[in-house]
This record gives sequence, C-alpha cells and structure tokens, in this order.
Amino acid sequence: MRYLPQTQAARKEMLDIIGADSVDDLFHQVPAKAMIDGKARLPDHKGELEVERIMQSYANQNVDALTNRFFLGAGVYYHHVPATVDYIIQRSEFLTAYTPYQPEIAQGTLQYLFEFQTMIAQITGQEVANASLYDGATSMGEAALMAMRITRKSKVCLGNNIHPHYTEVLDMYLSNNDDAQTYEAAEDLDKIEDDTACVIIQSPDFFGKPHSYDAWRKACDEKGALLIVVINEIISLGLLPAPSKADIVCGEAQSIGVPMAFGGPHLGFFACKKKYVRQIPGRLCGETVDADGKRGFVLTLNTREQHIRRDKATSNICTNQGLCALAFTVHVGLLGEDGFKQLAKLNHERACDLADAITSIDGVELVHDTFFNEIAVRVPDDKNAHDLIQTLADQKIIAGYAADENTILIAATEITTDSGIEALVEAMKEAL
Amino acid sequence: MSEVKYTKDHEWLNVDGEEATIGITTYARHALGDLVFIELPEIGRSVSKGDDFAVVESVKAASEIYTPVTGEIVSVNDNLQDNLDDLKEDIDTGWIVKVKMTDAGEMAELMDKAAYDEYVAGLE
Repeated sequence: MRYLPQTQAARKEMLDIIGADSVDDLFHQVPAKAMIDGKARLPDHKGELEVERIMQSYANQNVDALTNRFFLGAGVYYHHVPATVDYIIQRSEFLTAYTPYQPEIAQGTLQYLFEFQTMIAQITGQEVANASLYDGATSMGEAALMAMRITRKSKVCLGNNIHPHYTEVLDMYLSNNDDAQTYEAAEDLDKIEDDTACVIIQSPDFFGKPHSYDAWRKACDEKGALLIVVINEIISLGLLPAPSKADIVCGEAQSIGVPMAFGGPHLGFFACKKKYVRQIPGRLCGETVDADGKRGFVLTLNTREQHIRRDKATSNICTNQGLCALAFTVHVGLLGEDGFKQLAKLNHERACDLADAITSIDGVELVHDTFFNEIAVRVPDDKNAHDLIQTLADQKIIAGYAADENTILIAATEITTDSGIEALVEAMKEAL
Repeated sequence: MSEVKYTKDHEWLNVDGEEATIGITTYARHALGDLVFIELPEIGRSVSKGDDFAVVESVKAASEIYTPVTGEIVSVNDNLQDNLDDLKEDIDTGWIVKVKMTDAGEMAELMDKAAYDEYVAGLE
C-alpha cells in the first residue's frame, strides 16, 4: 500500500474548501467531556511486561459480567455464545475476508451473508433483509430516512417508549435535514398527521413491554405513513409474533452470537417489504446461477450504493458488520428454528422467575405485567434507583439500569441462575 | 400543433398546448447501455424545473432524469416497467411522463431538433 502524506498547504486548502478552521474543527460533534485536552496521558515507552501489567491493572477496574451477578440489559443483553461459534468465525477464510465485490472468489462470504439475510427475513416476517448495518440505533436512523424517501414526507413519529440512545442517534441522522422533525406520540394513535412519514414502534419497548401493531398498521394506512418496528432483543421474536405487517423491521441482533464487548461492535439488522427493496440502505446479497446453471451468490442492486450512486446513494453512512453477521448466522444455524424458539422460551421463563422473586419484596412492584426477558421494577418513592444500583454493585451484583429515579430495568436470560436471582432479591431486601 | 424540444441533459419534450410529454433521447439511451430498471413517479406529484422525477438503472449505473419544465405530473407510462426496451425517442411508446406545465416561458430555454443535433455532434 502506498503512503500518501499531505502537506500543510494541502490540508489548509482542503479545510478552506469545506469551511473548517482546523482539523480539530472536524470533530466538534464529539462531546467535550469525551475529549482529552492536549495529548493522551501515556508514558513515552515501557517494556512489554510492564505494559501488560499496566493494562491488566486497568482491566481489573472493569466490573464484568463473568465475575458479578449480572442483570443489566437496556438494549444490550448478556447471552451465552457457544464455543463453536468462536471457533468457526475464526477460520481465516471467514475472519480475513474483505468486501465480496468479486463473486468469483468470494462465494463463501456471499453465501453466509445470503443465509444471514434469509434468517433475518424469516425471524422478522419480512420479505427482504440486507446484509446488516452497524447497530440497532443506526438501523433505526436508516429506517426513518428510508421512510422519508419513500413517502416524501418529513415528520417522524416516535410511537412509544423507544430506547433513548436510539432516538439520540436518530436526531443526529436528521440534524442536517432542515425539514425533518421528530415528535412523540406516547402510544396515542391520533397523533399521526398527514405529513407523518413514519411511525416507529419499539417492541418490547424500552421498559420491556411487548406491543401489538394491528391498530398502528391501520392508523398508518389511513394517513399514508410507513410503520417501522424496532427490535432491541431479537431473541424475543422466538416467542412473540413476527412483525410481518410492518413496512420496515430493524434493530439489534447482538443477542445472538455477539458478546456485549463494552457496547460494540454489535449487529444492526434491517428488513422490509420487497416493494421497497430499491430504497433499502446498505449491502444486499442475491442468489443467482452461473454460466453452467449452478447456484451462486452475488452482491446485487449495487446501483443503490455509494460507490456507484455517490451523493444519491440510499445511504452514505453504512456498511455491513461481516464478522458479527457471521457469528449470528453460525449461532442460529446451530440452534435451528426449534432451538431458537426454545432459547426465547427459556429467556421468558427466567424473567418470570425473576419477576416472581422481585415482587415478593415489600414495596417493590412491576411497572407492567407483560414482558419478555426484561422487567421494569418500581422501588419505593423514598428510595433512589441509582443509589440502590450502586449499593448492590458494591456487593458484586449488577442489578440493572436506572430508567428514572424510581425505576430499574432488570433483565434475565438463559445465563441467569436461581442462585443469582436469590442473591439479587436478598441484597435488594437488605438495601431497601 | 405540437413541437419537439430538447435539453442538454438529453431529454426530449413533445409540447402540445400546456402539456409536455417527456422522454430521453437516442443519445442518452445508447449512453446508458443495458437497462434493468426504471423508477417512475406517482401521478399528481408537483415538479419544479430541474427536479429529478425518475431514475433509470443500467447494469452499472443509475441516472436521474430531470424535468426541464415546472408543473404537475398528470400521466405516467407504467408500461415501461415491464418493457424497458420501449424507452426510446418515440412519442407513442417511449415517453416517461406527461407534465401539465405552469410556466410556458421555460420552453424558450430549450433547443429545437437542429440545435440539439449540433449540440450532440459537439460532444462526440
């Protein structure tokens, strides 16, 4: 690879053209609290052994899921990843594969992407799926932009309690579009307006409550808006009905095969009705036959994409998550349809056990009775959810996520044990 | 009495009264190569001069088609969707949309057949 240095003059010329004062100016969207003032505080050099010790001491400060009782969810879920998944995805043919633009040498990569798309389409009840996106939040941003392109309307209706990180990312996606605006409907169907491009419903919602879409479907059709369903926890679709009536189903598939990994990389998925396929963002793999009539795979409908369509591409801020999509495909392949459904059932059963145990504590109640694998728990008014979580964390119990001053989101998965639930309940009783 | 006009973006317009029938020229058709898809607008959409109203895709490129006149799309040639070979410089079968124009003055900026032929000759 050639190294192409830029001169100061060349940098200045580029900055002048785009109207920026400095290179730092290009990063002004990064919040100040996330920036280091000046240089990173690192020693100039250390020996390998010393570096290992320093890094290990940093790592030891992490509160990790393996050595703590872990009930945190809120969009990222702690699930078992079978060793076979790691083994298969680390085969060099998969691990080092690059973008499969040359189908004649990339059939393995293209085939697993095609299988990934097929799995996502079947799980979501949709007709087509792309080869994945960065994560759930960006997939929702892309879905809103796609709905605005299709309907030529500019308002995005947030139908229910959507993950706050997702709406933040959506705001960022829409921030350079002067016409675009979002508004909240708080589950009120009458809030859909004539110039509403789409309604976004999250299920289960941020507070863990599953939603049905029939009434939303009807209300959207009356106003000519698209219905977008966002899924945070894809395993829920092993038990809950697939949102087949939605126009677009998008979200996060980290739960299958992908570790939490401090919040990423994760696995965005995106599926829709076939009639919208030319508006779909990102990479799409298709099945075909070669000159001898044998089954093969190619990237298809490339004219939507940025390397051909440039500024008119359906998205200029996306790629697929090849390795995470592979991990998902391998894991679902190992589970099969029955295994996927059993995993969903197991998650829900564990959450039911958790809910029963938690509600045995005086003064603690569920915010709502229906849930999949995450419950919203209200603690007494005179107790603070943040304080409670901190108190339990000191006892190596990561109790959940404080959604507000008195509400904690607590998740259970197939990993959750009876003794873990017992420890959580005992510690909460003690702390309350 | 209709008259045919041409644009520098290689669209043709057949203008009859306030209605303009719009398509792409033989030059544009050859430049695009093998077509695989055409995305058509919906009837009733308002367009302004310079807006793109349709997209034609060939195997390796996608090209917008721009309207040289302002108005409302009153008719769309749905037949093209299944018969892409019909997309050519032919008023009967090759047109894409019909636009009811609101500003006849925009016509003055367009080329007649002789001027367009000369323009194309200059490109080659």
